[in-house]
Amino acid sequence: MKMNGARIMLECLKKEGVDTVFGYPGGTVINIYDELFSFKEIRHILPRHEQAGTHAADGYARATGKVGVAIATSGPGATNTVTGIATAYMDSIPMVIVTGQVPTALIGNDAFQEVDIIGITRPCTKHSFLIKDVKDVAMIMKKAFYIARSGRPGPVLVDLPKDVQIAQTEFIYPESVDIRGYKPNLEGHFRQVEKAVGMLLDSQRPVMYVGGGVVLGDAADQLTTLARRLTVPVTTTLMGLGSFPGNDENSLGMLGMHGAYCANMAMTHSDLIVAVGARFDDRVTGKIATFAPNAKIIHIDVDPTSIKKNVRVDLPIVGDVQDVLSKMNKQLDKQKEKVEKFLSTLGPWHADIAGWKTKHPLSYKQSSTIIKPQYVIQKLRELSDDDAIVSTDVGQHQMWTAQFFQFNKPRTLLSSGGLGTMGYGLPAAMGAQAAYPGRQVITICGDGGVQMNIQEMATLVQNRLPVKIVILNNNFLGMVRQWQELFFDKRYSQTCMELPIDFIKLAEAYGAKGFHASKPDEVEKVIRQGFAEDGPVIMEFKVAREEKVLPMVPAGASLNEMVLNA
Amino acid sequence: MQHTISVLVENEFGVLSRVSALFSGRGFNIDSLTVAPTNDEGMSRMTIVTRGDENILEQITKQLNKLIDIIKVIDFTDGSGIEREMALIKVSAEDESRAEVLRIVDIFRAKIIDVTPRSYTIEATGSPVKIDGILDLLRPLGLKELVRTGAVAIGRGAKGWKG
Repeated sequence: MKMNGARIMLECLKKEGVDTVFGYPGGTVINIYDELFSFKEIRHILPRHEQAGTHAADGYARATGKVGVAIATSGPGATNTVTGIATAYMDSIPMVIVTGQVPTALIGNDAFQEVDIIGITRPCTKHSFLIKDVKDVAMIMKKAFYIARSGRPGPVLVDLPKDVQIAQTEFIYPESVDIRGYKPNLEGHFRQVEKAVGMLLDSQRPVMYVGGGVVLGDAADQLTTLARRLTVPVTTTLMGLGSFPGNDENSLGMLGMHGAYCANMAMTHSDLIVAVGARFDDRVTGKIATFAPNAKIIHIDVDPTSIKKNVRVDLPIVGDVQDVLSKMNKQLDKQKEKVEKFLSTLGPWHADIAGWKTKHPLSYKQSSTIIKPQYVIQKLRELSDDDAIVSTDVGQHQMWTAQFFQFNKPRTLLSSGGLGTMGYGLPAAMGAQAAYPGRQVITICGDGGVQMNIQEMATLVQNRLPVKIVILNNNFLGMVRQWQELFFDKRYSQTCMELPIDFIKLAEAYGAKGFHASKPDEVEKVIRQGFAEDGPVIMEFKVAREEKVLPMVPAGASLNEMVLNA
Repeated sequence: MQHTISVLVENEFGVLSRVSALFSGRGFNIDSLTVAPTNDEGMSRMTIVTRGDENILEQITKQLNKLIDIIKVIDFTDGSGIEREMALIKVSAEDESRAEVLRIVDIFRAKIIDVTPRSYTIEATGSPVKIDGILDLLRPLGLKELVRTGAVAIGRGAKGWKG
């Protein structure tokens, strides 16, 4: 059947199993919206800003594991998606972004709302396509989804000029796709796996260091099986939280700049680090020269460029983490005796770790007069559902959430780890709630970041998305303020927000409810009230203004040079 | 250390910008870059001369391979390839220096492709080292203009890149 390019694009989304898209109309996508008007198989959610629409598609992708889809018009619509695309790129989130473009004949003429969005997004997309012929729409959409979700996932941008949307052709969706320059290596090399298991069983002080790759690769079960049978301590990055149960006795929690003391000490004293789906980011390693000085490193990752980029590696294994971890588990099945012997030698290592855990556990000083932000996070965990999804913005509240909200399941924490995007939390929660209308979705924000995409309150109310918005209000841009306190002699340059916002009235202006707590004994009541509401709510907590995130490894210091009290 | 890398790429919109953006975005050096179609219509071949230690070269190769439009990356640094480059050189040639230029051209098996009473234009082909050699000799005589293609490279032996 003949269809126009706009319709073909939508049919392709349907073929790829897309049920929800986040998009914003405009001049060069009006044809897509005209087709969408009668296209009932896809739910379209209209955010109030394209950046938020892209973050929502990202939140949808992180929560479900499916490819998130965003649509924007050419020019400013397209440039507004850039922060969202870069956020997804840094955390390897599968997304397809469809942007309208001026008609092909006008490209390059500085036409109205023309921008070279392919050029602008080149460094922050996994790949991008400009479609110049309606006959290519189906194949390019097929390729876009394949590239976005396979190998190390990432965002793919498809630029679709207006005349291509209007032109007609026969719609045939290709059944398969073959790209000669793109063959991700998914199967871990068997010999390398054997060697890895050998090294692991020969070690005395092993640590598994787990990143977002385990969440993205749906390998949490395989990882948990491996770590539990060997009783190997597991530390995760921010992106890896939830891939190993935070309440497991072998969990060390998060490592790095604001990681747990025991996690950073374990890395420093380890003789074997098994890195799984992690990339040795500078926030994790601290000073590279003194990072894990006594450890051999096994690095498992689907992306060869991650290996040996920042640190030396003794044994690289390129492959899908689920495949590699399954193979390691099978290898262990065959080596029962060696496993027994290994388990019998781990006692001293477990004792060291238990010692570090007791010496400096994650802690804060409770107060009876002023709300401590960490206390709010702990109460939220206590009172929320087991499978609640939590998104965050970036800054102090993000680190407190990572430290004190125990994540036990994968895909329950949505946070911008790589790019560190303020304004991410609220729209990401919106995307997750759209995917799971029945689950509890909470976004934990500061008073700074929440105002970067606060307009999405309207989208939540309009689409009946009951996101619970938690604002830890200290009237500061807290993380920068903390750095100014510690390293810049308390010169609080432009970090005090000064104007207090009435968030309750703000919620009401959008037709939502707002609750407020300013004393510790009000915290639980406000959380219960908020969770009991059917619709979106704001829960605002006036917290201790100059509370710091601790422990902290100062930028450029070694992991074992933690500031514990300041 | 200098490396010569051949990169086989899809003949698609924007490939050159993806490659050059990769080099600039990650702080890699490009000494020269050439690109032209191959015997396979859908494919172009780039030759990139770059510099860096072993780790940097490993990253360059891996990052290039990661680009979707790149089909194959070949590093010829181990001496497995032959390199050639062409230069067009406009040199002053008046009175006594006219004969000297001709002698140099002859020694390097280069060609005169344009001539005026005051100048010669020379076409020289060879390994990049040979081009450097002829330039060293011509420079004192007065180089007016120089164009180099940058190196192209191909593997030694009977096999093509596909093996």
